[in-house]
Amino acid sequence: MLRTYLPAIVFVGLGTLVGAIFTMMNSWFGPKRKRTPTTFKQDPYECGLPSEVQQGFRFGISFYLIAMLFILFDIEVVFLYPVAVQLRAFGTFALIETIVFIALLVVAFVYVWRRGALEWR
Amino acid sequence: MISLPFADVTYYEPWWVQIIKAIVIFAVGLQLVPVVLVVERKLLGRFQHRYGPNRVGPFGALQPLADIVKLATKEQFRPRTSIGWLFAIAPVISILTAVAALSLVPFGGVVDIFGTDVGLYGVDVSIGPLYLFAFGAVAFYGIMLGGWSSGSKYSFLGSMRAAAQLISYEVSQGLALVGVVMTAGTLSMSGIVEAQEGMWYVIPQFVGFIIFLTASFAETNRPPFDLVEADAELVGGYNTEYGGGRFASYFFAEYLNVVVVSGIVVTVFFGGWLLPFGIDTPGWLQPFVVLFKMTFFIVFFIWIRATLPRLRYDQLMSFGWKVLLPLATLNALVTAIVVVATD
Repeated sequence: MLRTYLPAIVFVGLGTLVGAIFTMMNSWFGPKRKRTPTTFKQDPYECGLPSEVQQGFRFGISFYLIAMLFILFDIEVVFLYPVAVQLRAFGTFALIETIVFIALLVVAFVYVWRRGALEWR
Repeated sequence: MISLPFADVTYYEPWWVQIIKAIVIFAVGLQLVPVVLVVERKLLGRFQHRYGPNRVGPFGALQPLADIVKLATKEQFRPRTSIGWLFAIAPVISILTAVAALSLVPFGGVVDIFGTDVGLYGVDVSIGPLYLFAFGAVAFYGIMLGGWSSGSKYSFLGSMRAAAQLISYEVSQGLALVGVVMTAGTLSMSGIVEAQEGMWYVIPQFVGFIIFLTASFAETNRPPFDLVEADAELVGGYNTEYGGGRFASYFFAEYLNVVVVSGIVVTVFFGGWLLPFGIDTPGWLQPFVVLFKMTFFIVFFIWIRATLPRLRYDQLMSFGWKVLLPLATLNALVTAIVVVATD
């Protein structure tokens, strides 16, 4: 069974190889400068007002909210897959289970929507 | 206790056949990317009433070659605010997930090549679409880490947007395929294709198809959902600080993702290697049928890019959560009821 995954490993290996070649090729073919570059060259791209942005930015709470909602609904999707495959085999029982499962999530979804978590601020 | 097999995938070739076919499919996929690139630039030119690249080679066909030479001979450079090793491995993550997802596209069934039975696909795993979503979720790290480790505010904003956008549309994308899985009763990609004998799933699963295609546009960061690299406001998004080979790596991954998504749409909704009207596809023709169908979707991706303007970010988010997600859930429910009722 796991033997069917062998090509996947080959693909990942080849993908890493190509990525490594792309990442390293400037070191091989690119110009090599002896002088250390000036600070202006080393600065990140800037446009408009200059700002001293370094590591550790802060970002909006909305992104956290979306991430939490994602976990909720992505797990819904993952749980639906096994039921979906075996839906014919289990017939009405699986159907009712699916409906109950989705209904519970719809309640959560309506709550989230009404609380305004889906509004982008 | 009832065992729940996702799909009966017990067939596999000898190991050397598996390795050879993986390398062949990878090589074909690798060759497709420059072709898609030049086709996109030519078509975009035509859409905008200009010529597009037409200097390098016949009809500008060698333009990608010139581009890669130029990108390869750039100076290796990173801004002083960047985190070196993350900055270096992020494009690799992006590209390796795109390549790994390519292995899921079946270019044909099991055919006889010189006396050896070979399945014309990279992998035919029992988890099918979940494999795709797994690598899709890892691909998000490529963009996220790349933007975050650049230490530039534009890259950072671009990667945050990418993160929120990718996870928002991944839910709808996954749910859209649940309907197909219910109808086919298997998760194996070639099993799904074989279940479409008689009727392609684009007809019974039309809503699912529309949702999947729309979510795929967002997942591959293609216009009109390319908020991640919105040139007008973010100057380039997550790859603002990237140049040379590393930029090429991101670029390559994006176009490979377009190819992969076209392949998945063809497989899942357009009958893969099956020909319409019940015509039996001979084994040697199957990969060409798949590639022919994929061409339509690749051109469709380019057409949409030339046609639709970019959304605003709050529109993007509310569209994903308030329109696509309820629609996909409804589609899954209706499909479940129909499947059980007609069984």
